[in-house]
Amino acid sequence: MLYLPHTSEDISSMLQVVGVEDLDDLFSTVPEDCRLKGDLNLPEQLSEWELNDHMEALSHSMAVSPEYKVFMGAGSYEHFIPASISYLLGRSEFVTSYTPYQPEMSQGTLQAIYEYQTLAVRLLGMEVATASHYDGATALAESLLMAIRVTRRSKVAMSGLIHPLYRRVVQTYFEPTGYEVVELDYLNHGVTDIAGLDEMDDLAAVAIQSPNFFGCIENLQAIGEKVHEKEALFIVSFTEALTYGLLKNPGSQGADIVCGEGQSLGIPRSFGGPALGMLASRKKYMRSLPGRLVGQTKDLDGKRGFVLTLATREQHIRREKATSNICTNNSLCALAAAMYMASVGGTGIRELASLNHDKAEYLKSELKKAGFKIRFDSPTFNEFVVEFHKGFEDTYERLLEKKIVAGLSLAPYYPELANHYLLCVTETRSRDDMDALVRRLVL
Amino acid sequence: MKESLGTTGLILNEPLLWEKGKKGRCGYSLPRRDVEPHPLDQELTGEGPDFPDLSEVDVVRHYTRLSQWNFGVDTGMYPLGSCTMKYSPKTNERQASLLGFTGAHPLLPARLCQGALKMMFELEQYLTEITGMDATTLQPAAGAHGELCGMLLIHAFHKKKRSQRSKIIVPDTAHGTNPASAALCGYRPVPVRSNEQGILSAEAVAEVMDEDTAGIMVTNPNTLGLFEENIRKIAEIVHSRGGLVYCDGANVNAVMGIVQMGKIGIDVMQLNLHKTFSTPHGGGGPGSGPVCVKNELEPFLPVPRVVEENGKYILSDNYPESVGKVAAFHGSFGVMIKAYSYIRSMGPKNLKKASQLAVLNANYIKERLKGTLHLAYDRPCMHECVFSDKHQLAHKVATLDMAKRLMDYGFHPPTVYFPLVVQGAIMVEPAETESKEDIDQFIEAFKAIVKEAKEDPDLLHDAPKSCKVKRLDEVAAARKPCLAG
Repeated sequence: MLYLPHTSEDISSMLQVVGVEDLDDLFSTVPEDCRLKGDLNLPEQLSEWELNDHMEALSHSMAVSPEYKVFMGAGSYEHFIPASISYLLGRSEFVTSYTPYQPEMSQGTLQAIYEYQTLAVRLLGMEVATASHYDGATALAESLLMAIRVTRRSKVAMSGLIHPLYRRVVQTYFEPTGYEVVELDYLNHGVTDIAGLDEMDDLAAVAIQSPNFFGCIENLQAIGEKVHEKEALFIVSFTEALTYGLLKNPGSQGADIVCGEGQSLGIPRSFGGPALGMLASRKKYMRSLPGRLVGQTKDLDGKRGFVLTLATREQHIRREKATSNICTNNSLCALAAAMYMASVGGTGIRELASLNHDKAEYLKSELKKAGFKIRFDSPTFNEFVVEFHKGFEDTYERLLEKKIVAGLSLAPYYPELANHYLLCVTETRSRDDMDALVRRLVL
Repeated sequence: MKESLGTTGLILNEPLLWEKGKKGRCGYSLPRRDVEPHPLDQELTGEGPDFPDLSEVDVVRHYTRLSQWNFGVDTGMYPLGSCTMKYSPKTNERQASLLGFTGAHPLLPARLCQGALKMMFELEQYLTEITGMDATTLQPAAGAHGELCGMLLIHAFHKKKRSQRSKIIVPDTAHGTNPASAALCGYRPVPVRSNEQGILSAEAVAEVMDEDTAGIMVTNPNTLGLFEENIRKIAEIVHSRGGLVYCDGANVNAVMGIVQMGKIGIDVMQLNLHKTFSTPHGGGGPGSGPVCVKNELEPFLPVPRVVEENGKYILSDNYPESVGKVAAFHGSFGVMIKAYSYIRSMGPKNLKKASQLAVLNANYIKERLKGTLHLAYDRPCMHECVFSDKHQLAHKVATLDMAKRLMDYGFHPPTVYFPLVVQGAIMVEPAETESKEDIDQFIEAFKAIVKEAKEDPDLLHDAPKSCKVKRLDEVAAARKPCLAG
């Protein structure tokens, strides 16, 4: 076996040192009635070449770009990823190391994560960012729990236009805690209705996603002011990190905590994971942050170096009083995001984000011209909701045959929005792709 | 001793990203603009983030240099106890990077993603078989996330019985994340001490297990690398008082094909695909922490679940008692592919062999170093063994000093100061992918270091000397945190 280096000579000489007869004897402390009799019922081993064939066959059954034109975002976005990032990310010094508990041997990971934290802070307009979380949904759940710790209040409100799957994760995390989550309704132009906040007291936090699940840009400044009047923390969540290449960042509009999904920043969609939970806050909440943090320091010679820091918040030190149970996070994904932000750069991200917006606007206007209704008139970034005719499912199926995925049906998440679809356009969709979609829709 | 592995070579200094580059550079090929500009209202647009502008060469050199300051399993032996730093096969990386997998949207209609669903369905079956449980969810994204998911299942189970409980038993030999995971579900961890043999006695559990206790979280094999020999009896006690038994499965690398946890009284456990199933640790993730359960907990598993119907796979949300979701989509799919590839490459016989050799390697190190270092529990161990600095303290040399000195010899240090039950712990987990020669060299290095501790302790106090940086001031880092540049 390729990965098992022991020869039979090695095994017998090592057994001799240990003082047992054979490999089975190594398990003398496992009581007889705990041992498996017989073999595991698993498929026999494949050679590397058989495995290649097997996996290629599985992978070929998947509907992906460029064969398929997928106009679906909803928390997972198709963006171009430079080859340089894929290559750099394959460097096994990064890939095969673990959490940098021994900083002298892990300066590569540590500096890279420190740089990631810095770029994340700059992107989101915040002051500190964590090393990473699992995904945007768990980052949101942890942010809400953090707000509860900070304010010592036990109720939070979140917009009903936060990604429905994120809200389910929050509900799951909150179920056993006894804390209360209230969901806010939405207005006819596709943004959160915050009028209900007036009635609510003792809120720890209000969470708003912008652009929200319908793609609409929320008026964060105004909402933030209202949230702060209630002395609650203002949490801004996002699913499309590229947005802030163009739009005002949440920090400049009063957010106290910003959390979301960083998959757009150079991470393949990979059927939804691994992803990148981003979480950032104001400096004053630093000691309440969940998860790993990398900080700058000096070595004995006064040379700059980096370490994991503020570990007294963490589970291995504070046990059950920790700010989170998170240990392994998504470090390599944060590294990919840092590489991406560095590659695109300040100038590039602006242009790229504008291109996303402008392409989405192009499709919007072509759809309008063709007689389809754009459901909400609020400004959007690269996603928007289209109201199709009754019985659109058949058309959707017909388009699938033509290898076009015409967005995501909203009905399973918002039953009142039958025949409404959430469409997404990124830089990967060409004008021809969009024209083809519109053409097929009207056929 | 042969020539030491550790040496020094030319590595380069490299500034922070924003200390290099020039405005106007770009390391990204901007896509063609084939639509008219459509400016957004200026009220909505911001300045754009203050990122440095770098060329592709700038970026490539930057990260290549950084990578050279790192040490990974591909560099050398990384015997970090409790982390199972085994070799990550390269074919797994290839499979996970196939376009059909990397490019797939998680909400595609089921008939457009059959390959992914089939892989997930089969991986669930394999993990269910390896653990001897009845069902598996792949959704949790890491070990601690799996622990949380397991606790949510236990909570849902008691809730359905209308007998919510407030405590959970966590022994002192459990993983560090366990108490925090339990606390997230509102459970108060009740500590139990291991006995003089380093394992849990049934009596100690019987003493604390009551009708207000939801169950127990045991790590088996435990963090001393010892098999919990009384596990069946302990499970009986916990079950008889209405509780459930959670097993932290981070150490399953010791027992694949040897013990099926589901057959010895465990009700729910997580696996760490980034440990036992060879997926790379990525400098701290992404991992994957599937949770395997017995029948009584299956209705509560997260949704959606992959279901087979007439040879086709669908995602079903139709589990009304489900706890809901612990991740936005399906979990760390890319990691699952690597674990799946590993299991298929190994087959049942090699998986068992891997566990046997992992245990052989650990026992071999234990036997050969126990005259040199203080061995906390002199018993046959599983996949890891725990030493301490007890004999070196007289020379004013502590665990940390020896750990740092190991770097100069070209090894990543073991886990240190954990588990807490052993003062100055040195927790060595070699994993099965280390050859006898590499292990011998590690042993010789440790012996040389212990000799140095006697003869020239300052060599250790000043270690490491060959790394990019010397010892770092962690106290200053925490006192005056500088978390962004």
